[in-house]
Order: sequence, then structure tokens, then C-alpha cells
Amino acid sequence: MTAASQQPAITATGLTKKFGDFTAVDAITFSVAQGEVFGFLGANGAGKTTAIKMLIGLSHPTAGSATVAGFDIATQREQVKENIGYMSQKFSLYEDLSVLQNINFYGGIYGLSRRQIKDKSAEIIERLQLEAHATKVVGSLPLGWKQRLAFAVAGVHDPQIIFMDEPTGGVDPVTRRRFWEMIYAAAEVGTTIFVTTHYMDEAEYCNRISIMVAGKIAALGSPRQLKDDYEAASMDEVFLKLVRD
Amino acid sequence: MLKIFLAFVRKETFHILRDTRTLVILFGMPIALVLIFGYTISNEFKGASIAIVDEARDALSAELIAHLTASGHFELVAQPPDMAGMEKAFQTGEVKLGIVIPAGFEQSFFREKRAAVQLLADATEPNYATTLTNYATQMITAFQQEQGRVEVLPYQVGVHIQMLYNPTLVGAYNFIPGVVALILMLICAMMTSLTIAREKETGTMDLLLVSPLSPMVILLGKVTPYVVLSFVNAVIVFLLGYLVFDVPVRGSIVLLLVLCLLYLMVALGLGVLISTLAATQQTAMMTSLFTLLMPTMILSGFIFPIASMPTALQYAAHIIPAKYFIEIEKNIMLKGAGWEAVQFSSLVLVAMMLFLFAAAWRNFKVVYD
Repeated sequence: MTAASQQPAITATGLTKKFGDFTAVDAITFSVAQGEVFGFLGANGAGKTTAIKMLIGLSHPTAGSATVAGFDIATQREQVKENIGYMSQKFSLYEDLSVLQNINFYGGIYGLSRRQIKDKSAEIIERLQLEAHATKVVGSLPLGWKQRLAFAVAGVHDPQIIFMDEPTGGVDPVTRRRFWEMIYAAAEVGTTIFVTTHYMDEAEYCNRISIMVAGKIAALGSPRQLKDDYEAASMDEVFLKLVRD
Repeated sequence: MLKIFLAFVRKETFHILRDTRTLVILFGMPIALVLIFGYTISNEFKGASIAIVDEARDALSAELIAHLTASGHFELVAQPPDMAGMEKAFQTGEVKLGIVIPAGFEQSFFREKRAAVQLLADATEPNYATTLTNYATQMITAFQQEQGRVEVLPYQVGVHIQMLYNPTLVGAYNFIPGVVALILMLICAMMTSLTIAREKETGTMDLLLVSPLSPMVILLGKVTPYVVLSFVNAVIVFLLGYLVFDVPVRGSIVLLLVLCLLYLMVALGLGVLISTLAATQQTAMMTSLFTLLMPTMILSGFIFPIASMPTALQYAAHIIPAKYFIEIEKNIMLKGAGWEAVQFSSLVLVAMMLFLFAAAWRNFKVVYD
């Protein structure tokens, strides 16, 4: 590995977001290595979405700083944007457009050439086994497929880091498992994954996780490490212990 | 940059084409509106039901009645014996205009050289009542001149009325410009606000904002197809007006279309501004309807003349873009006027456009806070 690849994909130092008197994110500090699958856990309202929005440039931090792909989120937003992909809770595809039209559009706005878009489309359709559905509208696909397609689209421009905000809401564990296989495949080729979730079975899939409670990072480490530290049999237990304290 | 912009326009066009129902409304509505206005709003009338109480029953009164009914504009449906009978006919709605010819009509007319005829109109429909009494008055005056032509009056003031630009008082000359103003406002502003609100509602706006696209490209890409669509609609309405209702364009067509584009920009500014304030499609729709459709209908002078509004509303009318655009349209289409005549209205629209663009741009949240 070269020295450049040792540079962390994401760093946050005292990152804070206040809405009036309410502190949604309270001085969080962490770093994510390149190619890592980093889980960002917490109950609803713990500040996960606010934190992710600051990292991808949809929200300005009140205090603290962060870098994404080596660029400062406050001063180098354009460079940050070019190097990240994002998949939101609402999976953000156009339901009234076909699978191909969606891929073409997102490829288009990231400035991919016609040739690149064509290759990418073929690759995504093959990988997701969507050959029979390529020209069907996305709205007609099952939720699990929509989510996998949204993930593929978020990575259409081969970003260094993909941010995902609760990507697997509303699907069963088997479908979630298939989704995670895609995530591993992406991490394998060096893409950094930053994913928020409140499913504890998903937490087990991550290399490292941080658990947010009331705006603060209450615990951070690999799933095994956290289970040992809290003398818990599962991540569920770790989480419950943390929340009770 | 151009390539990215085109990718955006293409995607937006797919949205529009996919939604056939909206497409039908977009192109069907202007045509329906023109035809509805064309065939219903009209000051011309035929066969209006009238009642005549003939208390005179002489030769001259019979001639007057024949004169009134001969034109085909009035149809004599009742001849009640007295005023009580007349009132009944009005109450049932059977007649809209009543004429009372007093006893001794002929005698008064020829001997005393003055005779009175009373007109009664059902003013629950004020416009119709005014039209009917005006028309009846004209006919009675004509009758009087015909009968009294042997008499040479020593002095006479002749009044000759000439209706400029619209000699036959065709209603279409008024409503075609109005419908164009209304439709452009509706389609351009409402559709723009809806389409942007939709991206917010479905969460796709976040993805666009996270991408390296500049906010200007996002906005331009989204609105361009609707500008084209609205412009095509305007041309359809002008053509319909010309082909079906003979509404001319006496001035420069190029100038008319250029100013049409200017008005579209104002509508666009309003649409984007509304979308920056509305989080959902429903809010955007409601806001558009109440802040755009109603004022445009009521205050633009399209349906009610601005000159006869209360002072406060007359001032309010000055901030309605459609008011200026209708003036521009009428000046160019009906009066054949050139740039000098529409200069002021155009500059007002330019000012409105700049103001709205600035406000929309300031409000368009690239970063949520």
C-alpha cells in the first residue's frame, strides 16, 4: 500500500450540530480507514442522519471539523462531492423512470461519457440480474431490488466513499443479507462504506461500528471488541446496556 | 456542463412523457378553456325572452312590437295584461326584459311629440340586464327616428359611435389574451413548483444536491422543459383564437412571442419561489392555486375591468403580472401597436422577473439548516 492510501477516508473532530438550544450532534470524533465498512448505529433521533448530512455537505456544522476523501467539508465541498456517493432512506430513484433511464441520468449528472454510461449500465444490470426489467419503471420492482439498484446507482461514478442512510428499511433479513453482499463486494475493491442503521444484525456485518446515544458517540470498535467490552452475547445487548446507562 | 444539462432535460422530458394523464391535461386544458370561454362568455345574444305590457293597443304600439321582435334578438314570450302579470313573469324567470307601452302611446307620440316607454330588466344578472336594456334602447331610438323622419327637428346633436379595434364587439378579442395569460401562469408556474416539490418529497433532491451539479444547473434543467411546453401551449391558443374565433395579430408576431417568453420567465420565477417555500407537492399545488390562479383570474382585468374595481384592488392589480401581459397582448394583437406602446408593461415584467429570480435564488436551499 502506498502512503496516500493510508490516509483515512473520513475524519471527524469535535463535529457538532445545534438546532437552537438542542444539540443534535455533540462533538463527535472518529476516523474511518479506506476500504472499511463503518456502521453508524443509534436509536431514531440519536443524531445519525444529522451527522451524515454534515459529512456529505447537506448541512453546515455548528462547530468542529471533518474531512472526507482528504478534503475539508467546510472549504472544499466541490471536491468532497466529486468523491462520494449517497443513498438516502428514501432510496432516491425516480419511480416513474425505467431502470436504464435512472442509471443514464445519474451517470449523466456525474459527467460520465456515453460510452462509460453504457458499460456501467450493462455491468449493473448483469450484477443485479435485472436483464428482464431494464426497461421497466423502477416503481414496479420489489423493494429489495430497488434498494440494491439504488446502491449500484450511488456508486455509478466509482466514488471513493459511499454514504448510506438507513438503506435497508422495510425489508426482511434475507433481502438485507443480499444487500450486504453487494456492500462487501464494493468494499473488496477499496470503496469505503459509511452506513447508518438501527438493525443490530446489520451491525455485525460491519468492520467497525460506532454507537450514538443522544448526540454523542457512546462506544466505538469492532463488533467483537464491543461485545467483549460490555460482556454481551449480541450487539442487541451491547446497545441496550449503553442506552440504559 | 452542457452535456450534464442535457442529461437533466432528457430525464425531465421522460417524466413528462411518462405521465400521460398530466400530458392530456396540459394540452387539453388550454383547448378546453378557449372553447368554453369562446362559446359561453359573450355579450352577443339571440332570442332573449321579453314580455310586453301593451296598454296602448294602437297602431303605433303594434308597429313598435313588430319592430322589436323582427330582429330575432328578442322573442316575445308573454303579453301580460298588467304589471302584476309582468312581475310574475319575472319571478318565474320566464322573461329577462319587460317593456311597458303606456296608454295613448300613438297620440302622445304624434301630438305631444313625446312618448315614454318603460324598460324593466332582471338585474339579478347585471351584465345581461345592461346588455338587454342597451340594445332595446337602441332599437327604440331607431324606431322613433324611422317613424318621425317627416319631422325636421330644428337642432340636433348626432352621436356616432365607433368601436375601435373591435368594431363588432367580439368577446374573443378579450378572452384569448386573457386565456393565454392564465394558461401560461398556470402551466409554467404550477408545473415548475410541483416538479421541484416532487424531488424534495421523494428525496431525490438530496441526491442532486450531493452530486457535483451546481444548483443553477439543477434549476435550469428542471424548468427548461416546462418553458418549452408552455410556449407551445401559448402558440396553440393563439392559433385557436385566430382559426376558430378570428382573433387577429395585427402587430409583430415576433414581438408578441418574445414578450410571451418574458412573461413565461416571470411565471417561472414564481413557480421556483413557491417550490422553495413548499416542502410537498400538495402545498405547492395549493399555494399556486391561491396565489396565482385566483389573482390572475380576478385581478388581471381578464374577467372584471380593473377600472371599475375599488381603489385598493386597483392597486393590488398592479402587482399581477398577467395584467401587464394582457395589456401587451391586446396592444400588439388588436391595436397593431409596436414596441413603444408596450415598452412600459414590458419593463415592469422585466423588473418582476429579476426580483423573483433573486428571491427564488436566495431561498433555494443548497444546504439545509
